Amino acid sequence: MSFRKPHELHGRRYGRNIGLGIILAGFVALIFGLTIAKVSDESFAVPTQVEGTY
Amino acid sequence: MSDASLSASPAQPGDASFGDFFALLKPRVMTLVVFTALVGMLAAPGSINPVIGFAAIMFIAVGGGASGALNMWWDADIDRIMKRTRGRPIPAGKVSEGEAFGFGMALSGISVVMLGLATNFMAAGLLAFTIFFYVVIYSMWLKRWTPQNIVIGGAAGAFPPMIGWAAATGSVSLESVLMFALIFMWTPPHFWALALFMKGDYHEAGVPMLTVTHGRRSTRVHILVYTILLAPVALALAFTSIGGPLYLAVALFYNVQFLKGAWDIWKRDEVMAEADGYATEKKVFKQSLYYLFALFGALWGEAILSYYGVSYGFGGWG
Repeated sequence: MSFRKPHELHGRRYGRNIGLGIILAGFVALIFGLTIAKVSDESFAVPTQVEGTY
Repeated sequence: MSDASLSASPAQPGDASFGDFFALLKPRVMTLVVFTALVGMLAAPGSINPVIGFAAIMFIAVGGGASGALNMWWDADIDRIMKRTRGRPIPAGKVSEGEAFGFGMALSGISVVMLGLATNFMAAGLLAFTIFFYVVIYSMWLKRWTPQNIVIGGAAGAFPPMIGWAAATGSVSLESVLMFALIFMWTPPHFWALALFMKGDYHEAGVPMLTVTHGRRSTRVHILVYTILLAPVALALAFTSIGGPLYLAVALFYNVQFLKGAWDIWKRDEVMAEADGYATEKKVFKQSLYYLFALFGALWGEAILSYYGVSYGFGGWG
C-alpha cells in the first residue's frame, strides 16, 4: 500500500537529509577554502626536486 | 504497515530530526564558546588568515558541541528527572542514547583532528583536553560526587579563549591564562545563582549542588566570596597587553554591579527570596551573563582599537 500523502516521519527525514547535505557541502567548501589559504601562505613551499631524481 | 499503524507508532531511534541533533550540541552554550574563542583569537598578537580563523572557530564550536552531546548521553538519567532538562532530545525520546554517544564521539574526533590540521596541535590538544575534562572529569566524575562540581568543572567552559589564542599563536601566555581564569572564577557564582532559584531540580536528581549539601545560606556566602575573588582577576586583564582603558572602564562597571548583586543575594534569606519569587537571584543570574559578554566584548573592542591604530601604542595604555 502506498502513502497518499507524505507522513510527518518522511518530512522529518527529508529535513534531516537536506540539513546533512548542507553541512557536508559546507564542510567541502571549508576544506577547499583552507587548502587555498594554506597554499597561498608565504611560508608554504613545494618541496624542491633535485635534478636527476623523480 | 498501514497509515494508521504508522501514525500510532512512537518515534524510533533513527527518526530524529536535524533540529534534534542540533539541540544535542547545546547551542546556547556553544554561543558562549564561539564568542569567547573568537575574542581569544582576535586579541592574540599577530594575524591569522580569515579563512583559517573561521575554520578554527567552527571546529572549536563543533568540539564544544560534541562535549555537550556526550554530556547529554551520560546525564540522560538525571535529565529525565530535572524540569529544566526534561525537554532535551534524549529524555524527550527523540534521540537514543547510543545515537547521542556516536554523534558526540564522531564530532569530537573530527573537530580535534581538523583543528590540528587547520591551525596547530597546541590548539588541538587544548580542545581534546577540554572535551575530556568536560565529559570525563566533570560529567562522569565530579558532577555527582562533590558540591565543588561547578568550581572545578567550570574549567571546561573556560578553555575556549585559550584555544582561540593558541590557534592564532600556537602557544599559551599570561593573557590567555587570565582569560581562562576570568571564566573559571565567573562560573561558580553564575551557576549557584541559578541553583538558588531552580530549587528542587538538583535535589530530586541527587546532584550534590552546594544548595543541597551545604544549604542555601552557605551558597549565598559562596556567591559573595567568589564574586569578590573574581574582581581582581577581571581587573588584572586590563593591565596586560590585551587590556586598556576601555576594558578597564567596562570591567570596573560590571564588577561593581556583580558585587552589588552578590551582596544583595548574601543579605537575603529564604523567606525574603520566596516572597518575591527569587527576583534578586534571577536578576543577578541574568546580570552575570551580561557581565561575561561585556568583558569579552571590551577585549574585542581593545583588539579593534589596536588594529586600527586608534589605541595608544603598546597594550592600549600607550
